[in-house]
Order: sequence, then C-alpha cells, then structure tokens
Amino acid sequence: MMDLRGASPGQGEAAAPAPAVRFAPQVSHGDIRELRGPLLVVGGVHGVGWDEFATVDMARGECRHGLVLEVDHDLATLQVLESTDGMSLEGIRIRFDGRPLHVQVGTEWLGRVCNGRGEPLDGGPPVTGTATLPVSGWPLNPVYRDPPQEPVLTGISVIDGLATLVRGQKLPIFSVPGLPHLTLATQIAAQATAGGQTFRVVFAAMGLTHADIAYVRDRLEERSAGGELTLLLNAADDPVIERILTPRIALTIAEHLAYTEGHDVLVIMSDMTSYAEAVREVSAARREIPARRGYPGYLYSDLATLYERCGRVKGRDGSVTIVPVLTMPGGDITHPVPDLTGYITEGQIVLSQDVAARGIYPPVDVLSSLSRLMRSGAGKGRTREDHLDVAAQVLAALARARQATELAELVGEAALSETDRSYIKYRTLVEEGLFDQGRDEVRSLADTLDRAWAALAALPKQELTMLSTALLEKYLPKGDDGE
Amino acid sequence: MRVSGPLVEVEGVEGLSMLELITVGPQRIIAETVAIVGNKATLQAYEYTGGLKAGDVAAATGDELSGLMGPGLLGQVFDGLMRPLSSAPMWLTPERSGSLADPVVLAREWTFNPTAVAGTNVSPGDILGTVPESGSVEHRVLVPAGVFGELSWLAQESRVRGVDPIAVVAGTSVTLAEPSPIRRARPFRSRNTDAVPLHTGQRVLDLMFPVARGAAATVPGGFGTGKTMMLQQIAKWSDADVIVYVGCGERGNEMADVLAGLSQLEDARTGGKLIDRTVIIANTSNMPMMAREASIFTGITVAEYYRDMGYDVVVIADSTSRWAEALREFANRNGDLPAEEGYPANLSSELASFYERAGRVTTLGGQTASVTVIGAVSPPGGDMTEPVTTDSQRFVRSLWMLDRDLAYSRHYPAVSWTGSFARDAEELGAWHAANGRPDWAARRERAIALLAESDRLAELAEIIGSSSLPAQERVLLLGGRLLRDGVLMQNALNANDAFCSTGKAAALLDLVLDVVDACQRLIERGVSATTIEQVDLGPVLRAREECGPADAAAVRARGVEFLMELETLK
Ligand SMILES: Nc1ncnc2c1ncn2[C@@H]1O[C@H](COP(=O)(O)OP(=O)(O)OP(=O)(O)O)[C@@H](O)[C@H]1O
Ligand SMILES: [Mg+2]
Repeated sequence: MMDLRGASPGQGEAAAPAPAVRFAPQVSHGDIRELRGPLLVVGGVHGVGWDEFATVDMARGECRHGLVLEVDHDLATLQVLESTDGMSLEGIRIRFDGRPLHVQVGTEWLGRVCNGRGEPLDGGPPVTGTATLPVSGWPLNPVYRDPPQEPVLTGISVIDGLATLVRGQKLPIFSVPGLPHLTLATQIAAQATAGGQTFRVVFAAMGLTHADIAYVRDRLEERSAGGELTLLLNAADDPVIERILTPRIALTIAEHLAYTEGHDVLVIMSDMTSYAEAVREVSAARREIPARRGYPGYLYSDLATLYERCGRVKGRDGSVTIVPVLTMPGGDITHPVPDLTGYITEGQIVLSQDVAARGIYPPVDVLSSLSRLMRSGAGKGRTREDHLDVAAQVLAALARARQATELAELVGEAALSETDRSYIKYRTLVEEGLFDQGRDEVRSLADTLDRAWAALAALPKQELTMLSTALLEKYLPKGDDGE
Repeated sequence: MRVSGPLVEVEGVEGLSMLELITVGPQRIIAETVAIVGNKATLQAYEYTGGLKAGDVAAATGDELSGLMGPGLLGQVFDGLMRPLSSAPMWLTPERSGSLADPVVLAREWTFNPTAVAGTNVSPGDILGTVPESGSVEHRVLVPAGVFGELSWLAQESRVRGVDPIAVVAGTSVTLAEPSPIRRARPFRSRNTDAVPLHTGQRVLDLMFPVARGAAATVPGGFGTGKTMMLQQIAKWSDADVIVYVGCGERGNEMADVLAGLSQLEDARTGGKLIDRTVIIANTSNMPMMAREASIFTGITVAEYYRDMGYDVVVIADSTSRWAEALREFANRNGDLPAEEGYPANLSSELASFYERAGRVTTLGGQTASVTVIGAVSPPGGDMTEPVTTDSQRFVRSLWMLDRDLAYSRHYPAVSWTGSFARDAEELGAWHAANGRPDWAARRERAIALLAESDRLAELAEIIGSSSLPAQERVLLLGGRLLRDGVLMQNALNANDAFCSTGKAAALLDLVLDVVDACQRLIERGVSATTIEQVDLGPVLRAREECGPADAAAVRARGVEFLMELETLK
C-alpha cells in the first residue's frame, strides 16, 4: 500500500511492498519507550536523523508511518501520521528510511485522485514519476524570483475587478463555516486563465467532509478527465496528523509541474484551519510552550514554508499560484490561523455572513479584501488603463455608502443629503450589477469594468475624485441616469 | 548529540567559547554556541538540520559569526549570514553551508586608489584610500579600530582582492576587506546630541511625526496595514547616503520586488540608480529560522561599516517580530522559562541591543555620520499590547502606529495620528527654524489640532447627523477631510505623489489650512455651510497627485486660484 516513492503496483491493503529507492539498510527497532497522543518514542536507535521518515510495522501486517521530530542520544521521537490508536509498547517494529520523506514527481500525477498521503483512491496503480524530491522542498533563492505581474482572469467580477489575482501569487480565501468558500475556490479552479491558457490544478483537501469532497470532485470532473487536475484528499474522518503531509506533497508535485514541466499550476489547499489544528495537536503532545490559543510559536514559519512555495522563477516558464482556503473559528479574523496567514500571503479575500445575507454570491466583503499584487498585475499594459483607479473609486464609494446607510438607519433616509442618497443608490447598483454573479458564470474583464462604471454613474461627478477627468470622459456612461 | 529543529546539543568539544561558531554533521552546517555546561554545549544551527544524527562530528572554528565587509556590498543581496545570494543556486539546500566566505567574492578584484601618504602617522578611522564602485557612494578604506602608528607601506594604485593587504601600519597589515563580528557594535568616538531630520519624502512623517538622523523608529501594524510599503518608500526616497534593507522572515516576492524596483529607479540626487546605494539582506520566511535572528545584526553591522566611512545610513528591518519569534522558538526548545506569550525574559534587552546601535556619532576618523534604525513590528492579531510592540516603543524616538481601519478604508500610509509619536519633534522644529522654515512647528501644531477637533466632531455627527452641527464646526469637519485626503494620504503608486519634497509638503498643508480659514470667513459673512460643502474640492484633493513631486509653486498657484473662487461664493 503506502509507498510514496511508488513501488509494486496494485497490491491491496495486506502487504507492505518493497520500496523502489532505499538508501540505508533497513534495521528494524522494537524498543518502544513511550506512546503519547500522536507521538511514539523509540530507544536503542543509532544513526537516525532529525526529520527522517519511518515505517511502523504493527501486528497483523498493518503498517503506519512517522516522521522523526527529535533525536536525543539513542532516543528518537516520532509523530505517527495515522495516530497511535490501538498501539501498545509491545509488538511494534520501526524501520527508518535514512532520509526525510521523498515523493516521486511528474506529469503522472495529473488526472489522479489520491488520499492525503498520495496513495491512489481511484483504483489506479501507485503514482510513479520522473524524479524523487523531498516533500519539505527547499527555499527558493529570492534573487531567482521574478516578481509576479501577469493577471489571472477568473471570470469572477469581485476578484478580477477589485482584487486581481496574479500569476505566482498566494491569495487566501478567509471564510466561516457555512459560506460557499469551496464553491468559490472550485469556480476559480474551473475558470482561471492566464494569458488565455488554463492552469493545471493541484487540490489538497484537509479535513473536508465527504459531501464537500464529492462536490469538489464533481465540479472539477471535466478538469480531471482532461488530465489537468490532481486531487489529494484527506477527509474529516481520515488521520489528523496525515494532514501535515498533504499540502507538502501537493506543493512538491506543483513545483515540479511548474518549474520543470513549464506549466502554470494553481494549488488550492482547503481547509488550512484543519491543517493548523493538526500542527497544534503534535505541539501539544510534545508539551511545547504555546504562543496564542494553544498554537505553537512556530506556526508562522510552518505556514510560511508552505505558502512561500508559490512564485515564478527567472528564465523559466511555469508558475505556482496558491489559493489557500480557511475557515475562521468564530468568524474571528484575529484568530492565529487567519492572522498568521494574512501576514504571509499577498492579500486576502474575505467572505462574510452579512454579504451572504444580502443574497450576494460570491459573498466577498470587498472592503476587507485586497490583492496586494494587483498594483503590478492590473492597469495599463496589463489589463486596462482605468482598472486600478476604477477599483479604488468603487471601494472608496462603497465605504462612504455604508456610512450613509448607517446614518439612514439612525435618522431616516429622508433626513439625508442628496449626496448621501446617491450613495445608497450606488450601493444597490454595485452589489446587484457588479458583485453578484452566477456560480458558473464567466465574465470578461471588460464586462466587469463596464459594470463598475455603470454603478459609479449613480454618483454626482464631483464625488468621483479618484478618477481623472480624462478617464471620466472616456468611460463614464453618458445619458445621465443620475436622478 | 541531541537535535530538535535548530537546537543542537553536542558533547565533548573542548575549549569552546560563547558565540563561537561550530560546524556540525557531514554537511558542515554552521551553528553558534549559545550555552556551555561542562563538556556539553548548546548550539543554534543556521541551516535545516534534517538528517543530523547522534554521532555526527562537530568542529569548532575559533571564529565568531562575522560578515565580510569590503567593496562590492552595494547593489547586492545577501542572506542573514552575509553570504551572497547572487552567486548561490536557485534552491537553497544546506549543501552550500560549510564556509561563510564565498569564493566568488574572494576572487573578485578591485581598483585601490591610495589617498594617504606613506611615512605619516595614522590612527583608526583615517582614510587610506578609495575604491570606485558602480554607484556614486565612494568606498573608503579606513585604518581599522585599534591600529595606530606609522603607515610604513601603502599599496600603489593597483588591482587587489579583498584578502590582499593594502597597507602596513606599525607592523600590522591592513587588508582591503575585513570580517566584522555582527554581535558587537563597531566603535566610534562619541555620540552627538543635536537633532537633524531625516527627510523621508512621506508627508505624514515629515510634517507630523518626523525622525532625526541617528534615531530609531518603529512601525507596528497588523497584516496589510502598509508597513512594507512604507519602509520601501523610505528606502527609495529618504535622503540618506546608504540604505541597508533587511527582509527578516518576510516574503520572497517582496525581496524580488525591492530589487527590481530599486534597480529601475533613478537616484535624483546623484543620477545613478537607487540600488547602487542599497545593500539588501534577505532572509525570507521559508529560509532557516535562526539565520533570521542573525540577519538583523548583520544588517546593522553593514550600516555601521558605512557610517564609519562618514555616511548617513538607514537600516530598515522588516519585520522585527519575525526576529523575536526566532528568539522565542530557540528559547522554548532550549527549555528557557517563558515570560509573556512564550517570549523569553530577555526579549526587551535583546530589542534594546538592536535599537541602541542607532546613533548620530563622531566616527573614529572624526566625521559626523549616522545609523538610523527603522523596524517594523507585526503584532499577532493586530494587538498593540503584545510584548514586541510594547517593548519596542520604549527604545525608539518615533512611533508610527498603523491603523487597520485607516488601511481598510484605503487611507495609506495608514499612520494613526492619535497613536503615533515623535519625541524629537521640538528639536527638529528648532532645526527647521534655523534652516529657513520658522513656521514648521506652528503649522504642525495646527494640523494636529485640526485632526483632533474634526475627529471629535465626526463622532458627534455620527450620532446627530452633520447637518445638526453649527456651521463653524461643519467647516472644521470638512477641513479634517481635506487634511486627511489631500495631505496625509500619499499614493505610493503615483509618480507625482510617491515622493514629496519639504516645500511641496508645506505648500499642501498651507493650502488646506488657508482653505479652512477662508471658509470660516465665508461663514462669518453669512454663507451657509451647505453651500460650502457643495463646492468641488477636487483641485485641492488632487493637488498632491497632479503637481510634480517637488513642485511647491504649482500647489501655491492652485491655492491662489481656488481661494479666489471661494471668495465669490454667496
Ligand atoms: N502608500 C500606499 N499607497 C498605495 N497603496 C498602499 C500604500 N501603502 C499600502 N498600500 C496597499 O496596502 C497593501 C499592503 O501593504 P503592505 O504589504 O506594506 O502591508 P504590511 O503591513 O507590510 O503587511 P504584512 O505585515 O502582511 O507584511 C499594499 O499591497 C498596497 O496595496
Ligand atoms: Mg509587510
């Protein structure tokens, strides 16, 4: 069964096949000293390295897997991916791999459906590849990075118009349980293009319900059949600690597809909150000193080693664009997971209950959403000359419109100035005309920008201070429907 | 041997001293000695320790962590341990560890132009000669600290490498490049106490919360509030001679962006490229965590090196929180007793050891020069009461607090006028007065008062509606908006607005204050507040983007015209 380096194909659950690549002679160790949460401490080991991968052989041929978290003299502490449930100090043998976990990479992954450790769920043979790489990856020398600057068009107005995604960016979706973040993420996966080309998609599911997984598989069926999609699925009832590996395997596959095979790759990782909880569980079992809300102090660096694997490389064709999806516990954006994510990613798309309640899909709270790379990926020479200014004006006007709405609730709409009333009208227009959209509706960028202009036309001209006279003349719809 | 992430414990290495470098394992990973107990030592490893095993060898080096200081730093990118990234491979694997000295750097040849005279007596800080580099910053080769006496030999104009001697002083040979331990402040003669402003080109700073040369400033702000943008703007536009930009545990794309941005921009003062006055230290968030901890000190050592040549240097550290997290991570693994939020108890003294290396000094060579330190802070959850934020505030002269609400409403730079401070404002006002701007301080005070007053009125208006306020107060409300949107806001993406000269900043502020005064006079004459509120303020609000970056005259001309039109209101 489990062998990430791919070995004897198609052998059911019973036998542990001999791996294709083996560096150290495999000595097996049986001196188990301690079992605690997901941790296992084994004694009498020599020559075992930190972060090494290990196989745990249990009675009746079952085998599990682990990573070395600490070595202290002849003791090694392992985190067991499939949990230590049912283990006892006797009857377990550990085989160490001689190196950190590696995975075979290559285009073979496209069109495949696997579990969170990369084992096939689609009835096919184990995935083999053209190269073997460590799943933790290596930091990309920043000097080799090419600053991202080509727009990705998703066909979704709020994103393309107001928070443009850029090839090689990391842009997360912050949501709360119950909102259609997966719908949005899969819509992006299904529709995104850059320079007219579609993306290869690697989808890492962590702790998703079976219903959600079924939805994703169904929605992206076409991409999968076309050999453009890799699915790595760790369901809500799959082993928790395994989630620590899932995004790493996904990103290792993606980096290879991008920088070696020259593809534009989109990696969607959902739900990062489940991932972070797995990290917290290991940390708690190790009795580490927590920083905030029980999460370890290294969560920032841990998340960064995932998110930073996006980008573009000078002189190479491909790119890795990452869209992590996370649910904010209690809708709290200051919770460590969204907070640390926001500190690493290049902006955020925030979904809100309030917007959803107004009947808008996608329910993006545009004022708290931002694509930081939009400034280099949109505007003259990239999308359209008016794009950045229009986006700025739409947002500024919306902020003002919200204030006007609040005031209207207090003093009544009749007591508002004429200007404030025009803002309230603008809000309705922009929400209905621009923000709200069908779940599989693809809009061109020109269409999106025209819709923005149409809404702005509801405001008196002197309110449009962020748009130059030249742009106003060129794009502002005439035939005054202002009254 | 025990290995837990970056923490390595070794046994049986004799004669180690604290801070000494040790290489461990077959890949000769660099580690620093942080604790010694008997024949056991605790090491802080600067690379990924994956695969490190009990039984691997450890070898002491006898050296402390040092950066090689010499010509060829400007325009280049280094990692936190001062290893050039430009000559490193695409993937930063631990294979490249081993020696800190980069062969490419060591092999490079420079032209040495002697300027001192052989046979004379020299002392530390004296200039021996210069080395031309691509930019306009003259590289000066100095007599090192602790070296006195007769200059018995000085190299002719010649091609030399960093390791080559260029002079002999009282029997001591001086090489072109020298290793400088990063954790020790480089010596100087004395600290100066007078305050001279650093012009940052950012209005909200220069007008409201100025920073003096050689002072320290900190920029706390939640994610996306604009710390990096602000620091990058300062790197681009401040009137320092040399910039050291430390990317500490932040994004790789940002480093690429700084590099590309500075390579394109022209240095208005010298005509060269801005990158030629900049040294970049890049230790991104996915690079080994402990090198992040070192990167801050590496940066400040480079800054001191240029200060000693007589230059005004600005060190920018984005973000000091990532550095503090590296400290915490290591302390926790080491089993140190945690104080607040898991940070070690010595957090504030560590922060002090960084910020206190700022200063405007008389160098050993007798020149006036400075190191200004500007550090970003990334408080978890935007919580401004967390330890790194509160501790940093104690050691800085200027605090530029970024406000999430301002940032969300796209008011950039989102510097909060209620939460920020500038402790040297008074002295800097005196400097402005002595340098032809007698009204600088008064103007600043009026602006601060207007902001406070309009904030108070805005709160009131939210409850009762602005139309219920007296006319005079409605004008103040309007004045506050003009000041915020027309002066304090500054668009980093607009060529006219990204940088602002002292003159243009003053003209913009004057324009707003004059408009407020004029409106008050109109009210006195019986013009209604509603009439005034309907005036198109576009010309005032757009002046910052439509007038050139140093075009104070255009702003003033616009003001004259606008005020004349106002006068015609009835
Ligand atoms: N002066 C400015 N002009 C225009 N836009 C700005 C300005 N300052 C900030 N922004 C906008 O705010 C975004 C976020 O800014 P920045 O990257 O500096 O945030 P940050 O505080 O460094 O966040 P983090 O802590 O996550 O690194 C920028 O991408 C840009 O869109
Ligand atoms: Mg930043």
